[in-house]
Amino acid sequence: MKVALFVPCFVDAFFPEAGIATLELLEKLGCEVDYPLQQTCCGQPMANSGCEKDAAATEQLFVDNFAGYEYIVTPSGSCTHHIRDHLTAIEQTDTVRQVRTRTMELVEFLHDVLKVKALPWARFPHKVGLHNSCGTLRALRTASMSEIDEPFFSKPMDLLNMVRDIEFVMPARPDECCGFGGTFSVGEEPVSARMGYDKVRDHKQAGAEYIVSADSSCLMHQQGCARRLGLDLKFIHIAQILNGAAA
Amino acid sequence: MKAVDHVAGSKKFLASEDHVSFHDRRLWDLRQGRDAQMRAIPEWQELRTLASQIKEHTLGQLDHYLEMFERNATANGVKVHWARDGEEHNRIVHEILSQRGVTSLVKSKSMLTEECEMRPYLEARGIAVVETDLGERIQQLDDEMPSHVVVPAVHKLSRDVAKVFADKLGTDPANADPYYLAEQQRETTRPIILGAGAGMTGCNFAVAETGAVVVCTNEGNADLSANVPPLHIASIGIEKLIPRQEDLGVFVRLLSRSALGSPITQYTSHFRAPREGGEMHFILVDNGRSARLAMDDFWYSLKCIRCSACMNTCPVYRRSGGISYGAVYSGPIGAIIDPSFDLKKYSGLPFASTLNGSCTNVCPVRINIHEQIYRWRQIIAEQHQLSYAKTMAMKMAGHILQHPMVYRTASDMAGIALKVLPRGLSYLPLNVWGRQRENPVPPAESFRQWYLKNRKQDTSA
Amino acid sequence: MSSRDSILASIRAAGRTPTGHPQVPTFDQYHPVALERFQTSLELIGGRWQAPEPDIMELAPFVRRLFPDGTRFCSVVPEVASDYELSSFRQPAELAQVDVGVVRARFGVAETGSLWISEAEYRINALGYLPQHLVALLDPEDLVGNLHHAYQREDFRQARYCVLMSGPSATADIEGVLIRGAQGVRSLTVIPWARPR
Repeated sequence: MKVALFVPCFVDAFFPEAGIATLELLEKLGCEVDYPLQQTCCGQPMANSGCEKDAAATEQLFVDNFAGYEYIVTPSGSCTHHIRDHLTAIEQTDTVRQVRTRTMELVEFLHDVLKVKALPWARFPHKVGLHNSCGTLRALRTASMSEIDEPFFSKPMDLLNMVRDIEFVMPARPDECCGFGGTFSVGEEPVSARMGYDKVRDHKQAGAEYIVSADSSCLMHQQGCARRLGLDLKFIHIAQILNGAAA
Repeated sequence: MKAVDHVAGSKKFLASEDHVSFHDRRLWDLRQGRDAQMRAIPEWQELRTLASQIKEHTLGQLDHYLEMFERNATANGVKVHWARDGEEHNRIVHEILSQRGVTSLVKSKSMLTEECEMRPYLEARGIAVVETDLGERIQQLDDEMPSHVVVPAVHKLSRDVAKVFADKLGTDPANADPYYLAEQQRETTRPIILGAGAGMTGCNFAVAETGAVVVCTNEGNADLSANVPPLHIASIGIEKLIPRQEDLGVFVRLLSRSALGSPITQYTSHFRAPREGGEMHFILVDNGRSARLAMDDFWYSLKCIRCSACMNTCPVYRRSGGISYGAVYSGPIGAIIDPSFDLKKYSGLPFASTLNGSCTNVCPVRINIHEQIYRWRQIIAEQHQLSYAKTMAMKMAGHILQHPMVYRTASDMAGIALKVLPRGLSYLPLNVWGRQRENPVPPAESFRQWYLKNRKQDTSA
Repeated sequence: MSSRDSILASIRAAGRTPTGHPQVPTFDQYHPVALERFQTSLELIGGRWQAPEPDIMELAPFVRRLFPDGTRFCSVVPEVASDYELSSFRQPAELAQVDVGVVRARFGVAETGSLWISEAEYRINALGYLPQHLVALLDPEDLVGNLHHAYQREDFRQARYCVLMSGPSATADIEGVLIRGAQGVRSLTVIPWARPR
């Protein structure tokens, strides 16, 4: 199966290990992975700031890079949400529509398309707090939401449960937003920081050694908060654990 | 009119750990109360859908239902008035009161009357107005807007209330016991209720087929305000209409469960006709609602039943407090209706959000709140209401990210200490990021650099 | 153009497409008529359920015993004698002197522990709110299962004023502390007692 890999701008710049792990994991699972070299960004930062017009050219570049692939996989829930739900600054041609519907977040792809049942190389003997970003949770619906009385389900947890010796700890507020929110993180810095502090403290009091997420942006924010607070917490992208990272 | 600075307001609120931690915990408790009620009612999602459909149906024929309501209320002996805006509403109220020589008015909670700024209008004309709801009374005495539509003084601690009451009511400044304070409010307000010339209430639901107004309180202060004085005036936003009496079953079952996690408010009061020897007036108020009805992206906000579930769940509201929004309506619902009152003044509110979507999930009438917040951002940007700095940052980001060569040059990290974010990420200024967080540490190489070293492929581009 | 006409015109100009009014079910399967359910719901919202001893013939002494310190009873039910002639009240405000009001609810709602009371029951509406305490008689036969059933009743259409009273007056406006007996009655006591036949 051939897939194209989209590595978002901040993953490229700050969390290349998440991109590398994604690539290696997809290859281990039998995919042939292309990485279109002219890719940059999906346009989310501009669109979420109200500047859809400024996002248009970036969105067009995204479509141009990924047109023609059957699957476009990215280790970012928020970008996937933007592409599928908000990539509307450009004319909606058939190609655009196709690229939009074919873009999948990594967990979605592993769970729903590859239907992964085993990860024999994966072992992570640590206490882990799972952070489902609001994008993956409420937009992409990769897990059940506490506001709705629906039966419990969690695609990321299904995958993480295939990892040997992993142990989950539950924070008191499992799906409260961590406060990154894109430009909110600087545009509303006081509340953003407070939300991040509350989030990492919650995971810490639950006993987490690691916080794992499908979104590096959330992790970047939480890590910044934890470090400033002097909390002994480590942060890791889900791709890394599934790919066999030991720590 | 300057834009409301939510960030500054939030910083002020966050400066007091006692206040913000209580506020956050208290409202999260209410959210959890709502969750427990939801789990106890197997038909919860169906009720939400019914409520949404009934409201949508009503708003689709609002003129028809308003006329029906007026006809029935009039036949019941109620005098019905219409007000285009807040100013007209206030004039009508004043006319009714002054014609009858009323100089003392008591009222129960009504966000609409706050919208109309009725109290200062009447007070300037010699009519004393006393709020009977405890939370509203605290705010009135403190000369501050209510911060929450259901619990107006939730941002205050009991010691703050003790100070207000000591200053304004002469209570014991050293006594911050809530029971004592509530009793003081009861004792000082009661004589005013007993001597008032008129009582005003708001309206939770206006039933078209019977001409009745329904008001939900926990204190019974609407019942006091309406049943003790000889004259009752109810202010009704035109979006409060529902078609049938039996529709109340859906809304009354959803309202208090969503708001407070209790099955029903202590008093659900129905006013259909004046009592023998009494007088009743209804004022139907537009004040921008019919204009909002015409907005394709935002008319859904008119379904709102003012339950406050969105505020209770909102992680931003809980940590910034309602006062920081500078408007009658705060939190998520405020973010989507306030810009329709004044786009410039409230241009910052749709950005006081992470677009996390929790509000939409708890809304009993299924308003797509977070989607409307996103849409307002586009309008605010189009209308040049973004800050200059933000506009420039977005233009620059857009320029860099659309040109792969420019982006890659900007991203080149090799051996350079992180002083500024890669220009493609310049919309996250590090001096702001770094106030309360450590800056992200740049890796030795970017993904792209690693890829070219380890996996280079000849892809045509 | 009058304000009325201008508002209606503005609404029509909004151009919203009418949609259908949904059928509202009564959800009976979840909410049976049950006195026990009423009692639990009532107590949840701060009301008191006081069933008299099974063999008592006279209700009045039982009610009086519930309020040993209360001397001024204003009753509008035949079962309990009133300390006041109702006609002696010229203004509703005068009911503020009453310690205990006694009224009969027309019906109750099991789902929420609510009592339905109108001006026909109160005689003077303020009786439900100005006395310090309220006692309400409820015939156990006068019960509906849930609010959907309540709102199908004609009673609402005939009453000028009516209330679904669910417990005593309450507030939690000061630091979230729940206070029963805010501005209205400090307590609500419900006594199961059949209607006079």
